[in-house]
Amino acid sequence: MDLLLVKNLSVSAGDKEILHELSFSVALGESVVIMGPNGSGKSTLAKVLMGHPDYQITGGQIIFRDKDITVAKPEERAAAGLFLAFQEPREIAGLELFPFLFDSYKSLQVARGQDADSVFAFKTKLDDELSALDIKSDWSNRHLNQDFSGGEKKKAELLQLALANPVLAIFDEIDSGLDVDALEIAGKAIQRFKNSDNSLLAVTHYQRVLKYIKPDRVLVMSKGRIAQSGGPELAARLEKEGFASVI
Amino acid sequence: MAEDLKLHNSLWDDYNQADYMAQTKSGLDEALVRRISAEKEEPAWMLVKRLESLKIFQEKALPAWGPDLSRLNLDKITYYAKAMEGQAQSWEDVPTDIKNTFDKLGIPKAEQEVLAGVGAQYESTVVYHNLKAEFKRQGVIFEDMDLALKKHPKLVEPYFMKAMPNTLHKFAALHGAVWSGGTFLYIPAGVKIKEPLQAYFRMNAKGMGQFEHTLIIVESGAQAHYIEGCSAPRYGVDSLHAGGVEIYVKDGARFRYSSVESWSKDAYNLNTKRAIVEKKAHMEWVGGNFGSNVTMLYPCSILVGEEASADHLGVAFANEGQTQDTGAKVIHAAKDTSSNIVMKSISKGGGKAIYRGLVEVGPQAEGAAVSVKCDALILDELSVSDTIPVMKINNPGATIAHEASAGKINEEDLFYLRSRGLKEAEAAAMLVNGFIEPITKELPLEYSVEMNRMVELEMENSVG
Repeated sequence: MDLLLVKNLSVSAGDKEILHELSFSVALGESVVIMGPNGSGKSTLAKVLMGHPDYQITGGQIIFRDKDITVAKPEERAAAGLFLAFQEPREIAGLELFPFLFDSYKSLQVARGQDADSVFAFKTKLDDELSALDIKSDWSNRHLNQDFSGGEKKKAELLQLALANPVLAIFDEIDSGLDVDALEIAGKAIQRFKNSDNSLLAVTHYQRVLKYIKPDRVLVMSKGRIAQSGGPELAARLEKEGFASVI
Repeated sequence: MAEDLKLHNSLWDDYNQADYMAQTKSGLDEALVRRISAEKEEPAWMLVKRLESLKIFQEKALPAWGPDLSRLNLDKITYYAKAMEGQAQSWEDVPTDIKNTFDKLGIPKAEQEVLAGVGAQYESTVVYHNLKAEFKRQGVIFEDMDLALKKHPKLVEPYFMKAMPNTLHKFAALHGAVWSGGTFLYIPAGVKIKEPLQAYFRMNAKGMGQFEHTLIIVESGAQAHYIEGCSAPRYGVDSLHAGGVEIYVKDGARFRYSSVESWSKDAYNLNTKRAIVEKKAHMEWVGGNFGSNVTMLYPCSILVGEEASADHLGVAFANEGQTQDTGAKVIHAAKDTSSNIVMKSISKGGGKAIYRGLVEVGPQAEGAAVSVKCDALILDELSVSDTIPVMKINNPGATIAHEASAGKINEEDLFYLRSRGLKEAEAAAMLVNGFIEPITKELPLEYSVEMNRMVELEMENSVG
């Protein structure tokens, strides 16, 4: 059964069509990597799946857990179990991390019809995730991504991933801005998250994240379409021969 | 006694708003001013002051600048009603929308009644008594203004309406004629009070009249922080609030005055707040303005001593049908004085938020430094923001910095927060609260939490 089904999806920004009748699926438990050169539409796809208001869907459908979410609001998608780890997380001045994390956690729990932990139980859970990500606990007093380094921002995304506990996690260039050590920590966090009851969709330009996300399938995007698909061997071929060889 | 109360209650219960207004004399004349002074058993000089103020009020025109006040009918205002000054007669008379807001802010019922002006005073709390004993030991006087005039006339007289003269403008004159209630605070030389002086005033209905006078004297080297108001809407029978605040900060003293004002949405809030800041003294104004139909409020610091300084921090939220015309006024009248103004406004649903500032550097203010920063957040196409900064710089040696920005909520920020499961209005409220955080972080925790909740309420049903 498909967890996510994208059918003939066409997307425009202003007058310009960016995605053209694009189709693919992600099964429950699966890890799928979408690779492609800059400008192929990978990031747009990630944002459209999460419901970014700047893009108009001019055709096709997005089905998630058997529900049509093509026009759903971002918060409704989040409640349904989607999560997008941003390529460039926003810096929000004046918004303290802890109240933000707790409020979004509560919103998700309420929307999912589940009981929310007390603030104390949540704090314990948060502390566990902070130490798993090798984040100092005084972090939660800082403002959301404000003056965070590139690596700190990505760790904050993975922290939010763990707290949101989605069914499908979408990573948009999760490795950008990470040095080797931070990449190692991020990789472990992704492996810690992944189990047979959830799925990953990673959008990436580079190979190096594949060390941590073992893809079941690799899709190659070019000019707003899926140009190729295959198993992990496709990634290896791209590594050797470059995008030009497959698109 | 019980019989009397019963009689009153039955009378009040039967009156609706219109009946009550018909029975109470509106408008202002000399006889009323004399009556106020006589009923309060004031010293002769106060009556003279009141009558002089009345004359000025009658002669002065409405301000020729600023928001339109033509709908304010000064003959229809009830200037003095001894028994129920500025208060609804009973809880039933308090409008439902205000009651709902109290509930949403999570304010306890007993306190709601006080805030609405229908409850008893809460002076008997243990906290207040302890504070009072400590104050007494240090020589601090923290008193209702009417009482202070009786108990400490020699302290009051030299200061009363000197920083805020009745000639200042029409509403200062009106205030001088009909003022009633308010706060008197005296901090003796060298006394430093760390905790904000606040609890008493949240609970004190008398501090919440419509023409209340606040007089604060901070002697040399003393330090204190006074906070008044509450984010919950304040409900007055009449639609005009013309309060007065005067603060005297002596040599080397430091004082912070914080206020959060939220008047019911039909009120004209025409407030005057002025401080005289002496040598090496520091004055801080922290203010939040919500509610009202029209607010005109420009706290003023007059820097009369060398190296005197002032900070003015303010937030104004103008929602549908509201004009928040707020800002700051600083007069640099001595060498090496400095001022720092940071104002943030939010306008929504057609609301108008205007920053109006006047900074004047006198020829004697060699080495003066001025910094003004105004940021406006305009939440939709209907809403308006304007910045009217006036600088009168009469000394070439002054350093002036001015920055202004106006913007909308960043759509990428909003998407980011919504992608984490927050509804659009919640996410927008978080961004607005983030925008005003540099001001709210200066307030005591319960006030900043309340202000954040007020923003959330203002943001509800706004988007999506």
